[in-house]
Order: sequence, then C-alpha cells, then structure tokens
Amino acid sequence: MPLLFPHLPRLAMAPWRLSGVVYSALLNDPRQLAALGDAVHQPPYKAPPLHPVLAVRPRNTLAGDGDAIGVPAGADAVCTGPGLGLVIGRTACRVPQAGALAWVAGYLVANDLHLPISSHYRPAVRQMARDGFCPLGPVVPGSKVADPDALAISLALDGAVVWRGHSGGRVRSVAQLLSAVTEWMTLQPGDVLLLGSSADTPPARPGQVMAVAIDGIGTLHNTLVAEAA
Amino acid sequence: MTPARTTTAPTAPTARTARTARTARVAYSGAIHTASPIDGDSTARLRLADGRSVAEADVVWLPPFDVGTIIALGLNYADHVKELAKELTLPSTPGTHDEPLLFLKGPGSLVGHQAATRRPAGVAFMHYECELAVVIGRPARGVRAADAMAHVAGYTVCNDYAVRDHLENWYRPNLRVKNRDGGTVLGPWFVPAAEVPDPHALQLRTRVNGRTTQQGSTAQMIHRVPALIEYLSSFMTLQPGDVLLTGTPDGVVNVNEGDEVVCEIDGIGSLVNHIVGDTVFGRQDNPCASST
Repeated sequence: MPLLFPHLPRLAMAPWRLSGVVYSALLNDPRQLAALGDAVHQPPYKAPPLHPVLAVRPRNTLAGDGDAIGVPAGADAVCTGPGLGLVIGRTACRVPQAGALAWVAGYLVANDLHLPISSHYRPAVRQMARDGFCPLGPVVPGSKVADPDALAISLALDGAVVWRGHSGGRVRSVAQLLSAVTEWMTLQPGDVLLLGSSADTPPARPGQVMAVAIDGIGTLHNTLVAEAA
Repeated sequence: MTPARTTTAPTAPTARTARTARTARVAYSGAIHTASPIDGDSTARLRLADGRSVAEADVVWLPPFDVGTIIALGLNYADHVKELAKELTLPSTPGTHDEPLLFLKGPGSLVGHQAATRRPAGVAFMHYECELAVVIGRPARGVRAADAMAHVAGYTVCNDYAVRDHLENWYRPNLRVKNRDGGTVLGPWFVPAAEVPDPHALQLRTRVNGRTTQQGSTAQMIHRVPALIEYLSSFMTLQPGDVLLTGTPDGVVNVNEGDEVVCEIDGIGSLVNHIVGDTVFGRQDNPCASST
C-alpha cells in the first residue's frame, strides 16, 4: 500500500504503521456537558448522551509533527484539542472492558482541532474535517505507558505553557471507551481512537506554534498559518 | 484505506465488454480481481481481468473501488425530510438550501454486493437507504460547481443502513446509528462517469423481498452533486476514492432478519443485501437484552 500520509508517525512496534483511520471521542470530558447546564435536557438534545459520541477524522485532516496547518480566512482562532490517542494493535470487536488495554499497541499525542462549534446537534463536519486539523504526533508502545488514564497533558503556545490537563477523569476511560465503541464497530490494527479533548483548552491563532506534550510519550508541534482569502 | 489507485476502472472498454466499462472488484480463488460483466450489465457472469469467466455466486463481491473518505448526506430529498419531520427536534424546511447535513463514515462499515448485514436483536426500526454514490476521481480543493463534474470518476449504488432506535441528539446521526459493521453496502459496479450523462436524471428504488418499498428520482435532490463538491472542497481536499453518498428519498421501512434488500438505480446497478440476525455473528440471541 502506498504511503498516503508521509508525515504521519511511523510505529516502532506492530502493526508498524497507522491505517489512516481515526475516530475521536467528543464530549468525553464531563465538564463539557456540565458547561451546557440545563440545555442538555432541552431540545434539541433532550437528554445527555447514553453512548459514546464520536467523530470520524477523515484522511484529509491527518498531519504529522512539524506540519503547518491552515486557518481559513475569516477565522480568528482555532479550538485546540490536546489529547491522547490509542493505536489499535489487533482486530478489536466487542472488546471486554477488563483487559481492554491488551488491544492497544501504543499511545500517541494528538491535537484534535476544530473551528468554533455553536451546536452539538449535528455533525460539525465543516468545523472539524478541515485539511490538517488532526495532527498526530509521537507514538510509544503500550508497554511504555503504565496507566493511560493518568497522564499529564499540556499545551504550549509559542513556547509558553498555557494549559495543563490530564488524561483521566473522563466520562469513559481508555478501556471503557474502547469496549463501548467496539460493541458496534470493529477497529483494525493501525486504526486510532482519540480519547477526546478537554473542556477548558484555549484557542490558538494563526502564526502561533502549538506544542502538545504528554508525559512519557512526547511532544507534537504544529504551526497555524493564515490561508489566503 | 488505500489511496489513489481508486479509479481501478479501465479508461476504455475492452473488446469483450464493449457495451460498458463498468467494473467490479471480487475475491475469487484466493485473490482479489477486477471483473467486468459478460452479458450487458448483468451480474450473472463475470470476466476476470485474467480472462477467467466466473458465476456471480462463485465470487465474493467487494466494494467496487478502493474507498477513501465516506461522506454521507442526510435529509437531501425533500420528501424524506417530510417523512422524518415528526422526529426531528429542530425544524428543517423542505426545499430550502440550508448548509447540507453531512456525516462521515469509516471503512469498517463497508461491505459489497450480496453481503450480509446484521440486524441487532431487540431493535424496532432498522432501515435501508438507497443512495447514488459519487466517486471522486481527481483531487478537489476550492472547486466551483461549474467545474465540479470533472472531478467525478464515476458512480455506484449505496445502501446506507440506519438503526433508528440508536439515535441520540448529539452530533446526530451518531455513529452507533450509522457507522455499524456492515452498514455501508456499495456496489455491485463502479460505473465510469462517461456512462452517466446526467446523474440527476436517475430513477432509484428499493425492493424488500421483491416488493417495491422506496421509489424516487435523483432529480429530487436538494443539494446536487456539483454544489456538494463545491461546498465540500471549500474546506476539505477531496481525493480520488472519496465517495459522496447523496441521501435517500422517502419510503424507508423496517427490515427483518431473513429479508433480501435490493437497492437499484437505473443505469448504475442493483445492489443486493441480506439481513441476518445476531446468532450468525455469535452474539446471544436474547430479545430482552439491551441491543448493541
């Protein structure tokens, strides 16, 4: 298979390369729903989500460490999404929660970007599926990560740390998320599942260098560049 | 996801298949082959690229091209909008040209012609959606509608299943409704664009166990193919092998285990799918259990 994404990280372990298939969990930080208050129970939502909320991150969104990412004319800022990604190691169908990490080949650093989203009712394809909006960074084998739900994550803009967070405290932990989504969709080796961004991550602006760091995994750098009108 | 070889279709018809340059991808005798119809556009017998002649039932039909990003439209036929109006929690006005309702699907949901799709036990409403699938043939970024059709390689038929019981109002339609294993059926043929003079003059229909349950015309689309390519390419680069599933007209009905579902578009193909139950997939067949 020709290498479609030359800038995607290579894997130092089986399955040796990413498939290019990436899913991202949305609203997996309980504070994201809490911030909506009573609106969660009002139309159009009517009730909080029962099952994982996911987005497909299509191949045009994928980028690697060091890639510049275009911001469309008229957009002042991009919502950042520093977070953890799971690289699937073996065919994952109906993975039991206990022992789910055995299906994970490794972990990677991601920055799940989107333009501001005013409603969570419809898939935000125009805001999320933009070229380069899902950079994926350094990868380490699963054996290097003792507890994927206990990793410190930070975001620096132009070298200054502006946000500190954590992979834990999620609606669904790594094992819970992998188990829940593989009840209805099978993931293949090299597929990536992102644990999801956090409620309080700051925006970044054209010209800024974003650096997402996850303890024990590495740092993903990308520069935002303004696109011509 | 294999990229750009997509356009596996030959550029010119061979002598044997002079009537059509449509192609299938099938597994046969331990390998994957490109195949062409032997008799008109009938699926009954196929000629493999290596010269072998094989019967429809002796091959495993795969999606007919290397599928990239799968971009689907909801509510793109005015009559279907009306059909679903009761359950929408926000108004959607038939005939208006709001921003298209798009959702994306993953390659794990793909199956080909004559495949089986699982109906989870305990759900009340799982339905097919017969759709014209538009296959991109040239990269497209910032393409205007007037130039868009030059980026289309060809067409196939899609059956874009949904399990409505699983609808939740967050990024709806959510992936549990739409991105299920076996829920995106494509085929049987990749039909080159040159054989389809007007993609908005095609009759489509679905038959369940031989009874016609859905009928429509691609003329009724709210967002047409050139406008969709302009819209999509305004924010994302479309690549060869990416496919647009252009939505379905009204007439979606529940399907049950054992049903044969045929989605048909005149001039493109008849796509057959079989509904099977949980036990085939080694899942406990317990109608009282909460379904997944």
